[in-house]
Amino acid sequence: MYLFKYILKRLLLLIVTFFIIMTICFVLVKLLPTAPPTMFGKDTELILRRRVLLHQMYYDEATGEYYDTPIMEQYVYFLKYAFKGDFGVSEQLFVGQDVWSVFKQRVPFTVAVNVYSIILSIPLGIALGILAAIKKNTWIDHVISTGVMIVVSVPSFIYGFLIQYLLCFKLGWFPPIMDATNGPFSWTGFSTMLPASLCLSFGSIAGFARYTRAELTEVLTSEYLLLARTKGLTRTQATVRHALRNAMVPIFPMILGEFIGILGGSLILEGMFGIPGVGALYVNSVQSTPPDYNFFILLSSFYMLIGLVAGVIVDISYGIIDPRIRMGAR
Amino acid sequence: MENTQFDKYQSIPSEKFVFAERGDLAHDNKIETKPRSYLRDAFSRFCKNKGSVVAAIIVLILFLYAIFGPLFIPKSFTEAYATDKELVYYKNLRPRIKLFDGTGFWDGTEKRTGVNVNTLYEIRSMEQERGQNVLSYEHARFETDKVVYDLHVNSYYAMEVLEVTVLLETYQAMMAWQDENDVQLILPAVNNNLSAGYTANKNLWYVCDRKGQAITDDSGELVPAYITYSTALARLDGYTSSKRVAGDPYLAGDTVNGWSYAKRTGSSESNYNYVIRVNPYYYFMYKYGFEPAFAFGTEAHGYDIFTRLASGARFSILFALAIAVINMFIGAIYGAIEGYYGGVLDLMMERFSDILSALPSMVITVLLNLHLSGTVGPVMALLYAFVLTGWIGMASTVRMQFYRFKNQEYVLAARTLGASDWRVMWKHIFPNSLGTIITSSVLVIPGVIFSETSLTYLGIINLDSPTQASIGAMLSAGQSQLTTFPHIILFPALFLALLEISFNLFGNGLRDAFNPTLRGSEG
Repeated sequence: MYLFKYILKRLLLLIVTFFIIMTICFVLVKLLPTAPPTMFGKDTELILRRRVLLHQMYYDEATGEYYDTPIMEQYVYFLKYAFKGDFGVSEQLFVGQDVWSVFKQRVPFTVAVNVYSIILSIPLGIALGILAAIKKNTWIDHVISTGVMIVVSVPSFIYGFLIQYLLCFKLGWFPPIMDATNGPFSWTGFSTMLPASLCLSFGSIAGFARYTRAELTEVLTSEYLLLARTKGLTRTQATVRHALRNAMVPIFPMILGEFIGILGGSLILEGMFGIPGVGALYVNSVQSTPPDYNFFILLSSFYMLIGLVAGVIVDISYGIIDPRIRMGAR
Repeated sequence: MENTQFDKYQSIPSEKFVFAERGDLAHDNKIETKPRSYLRDAFSRFCKNKGSVVAAIIVLILFLYAIFGPLFIPKSFTEAYATDKELVYYKNLRPRIKLFDGTGFWDGTEKRTGVNVNTLYEIRSMEQERGQNVLSYEHARFETDKVVYDLHVNSYYAMEVLEVTVLLETYQAMMAWQDENDVQLILPAVNNNLSAGYTANKNLWYVCDRKGQAITDDSGELVPAYITYSTALARLDGYTSSKRVAGDPYLAGDTVNGWSYAKRTGSSESNYNYVIRVNPYYYFMYKYGFEPAFAFGTEAHGYDIFTRLASGARFSILFALAIAVINMFIGAIYGAIEGYYGGVLDLMMERFSDILSALPSMVITVLLNLHLSGTVGPVMALLYAFVLTGWIGMASTVRMQFYRFKNQEYVLAARTLGASDWRVMWKHIFPNSLGTIITSSVLVIPGVIFSETSLTYLGIINLDSPTQASIGAMLSAGQSQLTTFPHIILFPALFLALLEISFNLFGNGLRDAFNPTLRGSEG
């Protein structure tokens, strides 16, 4: 019951936070000068019609001209239409195309590249962490810890260059740019997306390894493990049955959080490896002058929501997984 | 002497002996050793951590490079970036350190694989015309149905010949310069009726067809396509220098077949122009006054990467330092108020920072850049963006420290003595948490550098100008030429990686050193 209330409270807080920052974001975007419809050439009519439909502009019959609607009015209608899945049309990147449908087409690519990288990084990261913890203060541990330190520090796009240069150009194992013709979940999609997933997984592997090592070393020195050994369990038995299970308690929520949070991580790498995902879309929408505001609002909200949801899920899963936290809070 | 003393003690009567009380032995000894201050202690602990010390030294070296790097290239060259149109001829030069000349490593050598025979002839002809050691390795192999060549070419000597149009005054100055330095700056003029490929490629001084394929004589030698002194106009080249290309018939006294060194254009004496071919290597020396040898090579505009990177690094480091200091101030004040007063105020302030921290940095940066870069410039807009949410982490650190210390006895004592809240906060609690605050500030710096380079890499913020570079923009420019000129991206990427790794190591070492609970644990 307590947990249910806690979840409810967190969700409510999430929604409130989300609305506040979305409102700030919306107002800040709308305070910027809008692109004049005349700059769209043959699409002027279409853009105008859509803007009027979404109450972003209105037609003044007295002067025969189009004017911007007041921002708060725009916001009310924005919310109303957003719930129906209408975020307006793209005005810069894909002129005249519906923003939401373009977004929907591209989400699978971003999800795919992140899922592949997570699939790569969970077993590798945890295995390295366990190895480092068991062989603590030996050369194996030092090598792993140093590697983790380096990987965590270096920005992911630098591995991007390295992988692109070595694997794609020098060795020719992968094409430098993803082949998106068969979609993200086909074999060609998977194999050509692999370099990007690899880059993305480096950071996660290092994160998992570091965290697992820290947790496991703490558990391995605890007294109940000594008890387990005294009881007659072998070292392997004690480690697998007692230490690992307890170490997993804080690691599992981290995996969940990483799983959601990493969606925001491919922002830079998508453009680099030619993956037509939302990250690349976001960057492109910002790079065009003036930015493609409808995309910008939709994708900003998307990324904000991801960040918030990841945080909430991590916190809730701690409570669900670990009875100590659940009981202690009561 | 000694004996008498001994005797004195020997003759103590037994009744003088009494049992010692326990209290008599316990003396309070004055502490002889010097007290160790907190900072000294931290410093000695930091020095024990070898990795961090090495990292600190590397950080220092990188800082020194960022500060003094630009001094290694004469200002005459870097100041020409904005105006000099001829700079682009010196683009994409390979890294070269003069010390390594001739070793094949870091001496400007470029590996060209699979080139055709025309290119081979062109490169060989450069050696012949300029007398410089262009080609250091040559290997022929079969590729499907034709012969191709793998070459090692010195990119500094293999630049394309420049055709410049100058006034008589400059022309004479150039001749004087080449006489003085004993090098062949000015090359003979080419007759483009004989060398059909000359219009497209100024290197082709020999008889060739439109595609640049050499038409050799019977013995397989290249036939010069130079303008000779056979016509009246050719004799008016005004060439007074004693330096002439090897093989020039003029050297043997043949004044009719001697080669002409300039094409004179213009109708009257006042507007005579001389079109001359110059060796780009010596032309560089003539113009900028030093031998071209760029340690990190040059990029697509002809800018020297070594100094560009230093200027970008200087910006990144200064920017990150500024952000760290500003965030430390704001965060310290905010966190101190939160932590010290607690209660409802703390709750409200926490909610505020929670909401702010949910804003993705990308959104903030883009919006602030759009709103403010017109009025305050992109650098300040970026600064505001980083400050807007950057202080939150610092505030929560300080808040935690204040929660830890505010109920300690010495704080209570200070308060009993009538110290104001302000005094308790800054005189009693703050100095105790200073170590933690400083170390987390240091750890902010690599994070800021990372975000700043990502933003400039993506082109969301554009800070580039001929005088100012940014590491991110250098990376993205290098990425587009990753296959052809990998050196352009190599050095910025290496610098950034090294800076990030060593800064993080240094920061972690500092954090451990300032943590007194770890005292003695390192053994």
